[in-house]
Amino acid sequence: MPPRVLIIGASLAGLRSAEAVLAALPDAQVTLVGDEVHLPYNRPPLSKEALVGLVSGKPELDKIALRHRLADGAVTWRLGCRAVSIDAGQRVVQLNDGTALPYDWLIAATGLRPRRLAQPGAEARHVLRSLDDARRLAAAMRPGARMLVVGAGFIGCELAATAVKLGLSVTVIEPQAQPMLAALGPRVAEAMSGFHRAQGVDLRCGLSVTGFADGALLLSDGSRIGAEVIVEATGSLPNVDWLQGSGLDLSNGVLCDAGLTAQGSDRILAVGDVARFPNALFDAVPRRVEHWSIPGLTARRAAETIAARVAGAEPPARFAPLPSFWSDQHGLRLQSFGAPGLGDDIRVLEGDLATLGQTPCLIEYRRAGRPVGILGLGAAPAALAQQRARLEQTLNETVAA
Amino acid sequence: MKLHVDMSICLLHGQCVIAAPQVFSFNADGGLVWLADCDESLRADVEAAADACPEQAIVIDG
Repeated sequence: MPPRVLIIGASLAGLRSAEAVLAALPDAQVTLVGDEVHLPYNRPPLSKEALVGLVSGKPELDKIALRHRLADGAVTWRLGCRAVSIDAGQRVVQLNDGTALPYDWLIAATGLRPRRLAQPGAEARHVLRSLDDARRLAAAMRPGARMLVVGAGFIGCELAATAVKLGLSVTVIEPQAQPMLAALGPRVAEAMSGFHRAQGVDLRCGLSVTGFADGALLLSDGSRIGAEVIVEATGSLPNVDWLQGSGLDLSNGVLCDAGLTAQGSDRILAVGDVARFPNALFDAVPRRVEHWSIPGLTARRAAETIAARVAGAEPPARFAPLPSFWSDQHGLRLQSFGAPGLGDDIRVLEGDLATLGQTPCLIEYRRAGRPVGILGLGAAPAALAQQRARLEQTLNETVAA
Repeated sequence: MKLHVDMSICLLHGQCVIAAPQVFSFNADGGLVWLADCDESLRADVEAAADACPEQAIVIDG
């Protein structure tokens, strides 16, 4: 009997999993369950060009549809449905519409949801994760309006840059000392602070929100800021509630081995943002990686694992994908390879952080003296591609040693 | 296999150059160049490049 592969989550990770499973096991019966009613779309533009399109009345949403290779009828789509529980012993997932879906192999691709601020307050508070979130936010973003972004991570910073471009007056509140601190490290994050301020963002670091009152935010220094548009961009939480009781380790996403098999069930795999897996390029510590490249890479690996097991073979033991991320802020492209966030020191290979945004800048991140990541800020793509190749070679040599 | 890159949406992330170096490359001016018609044996690489493109700018025509 052909294997039944159930994929919960129909965004990038779920879609790529469906394609990879069918490429490896053409007779598999694949079902894709997604809680949004939309076909899979690309999320990064939602804080950038797609938001500009929505605000200016030219949405061009076909540009964010994800291209795919699924023939008509190749998979069963269950859009607008959410998984609510699982019986891992019986291998059945329950959906919110009452349907029970049996599986031979289950791929968890449920991604993230925005972390919300705990303080109550009746004012409309936006988040930005889905297309529907972006539509609601865009409707409120009128030129001249005062916008308050809570959280200076990548989404908060991209959103602030887009809003400034659209003529809003933008204040960003960040509890840490610098924006994007964990990902970029203190020196680059400090340079990004100066860059955002020079571009017109009122960036206030070291402050947290203590409450909401009458259309204003109350801050930890006792001040209050009024705003017409408030956006919470305070990070994300993995969507794993539906897996409770399945015997898996759900302490931060789904703990997996290098083949993306969940610890606790050899019939459940996890991909994309929810998967916490070890990467042989760095160390044995399992981590979740919230980068756009990870859904595609983990989907392929998960499909390899299932195909090997179906054939009665052991899947390959080593998984060593080179992470990469990018961001666009005020016309400045940040592009990274490796894991800058693991670095304890940096070397400026090219350019000068003091003049960030005016000349290309290339940064190497090191951990205990060894390169672990590179970051280009306005760097030429060809130069970055060379640095990337060098980094991957170095990381692989480190592993071999 | 024929392919093209929609240069109106390409933002030179360079992911295709990494995924399929025999098909995509940067020229001396830093622009993207690619083989518009390439051998079927490179299909897996080209598909990986199309998947890896953050702007979804690579189109494979059959």
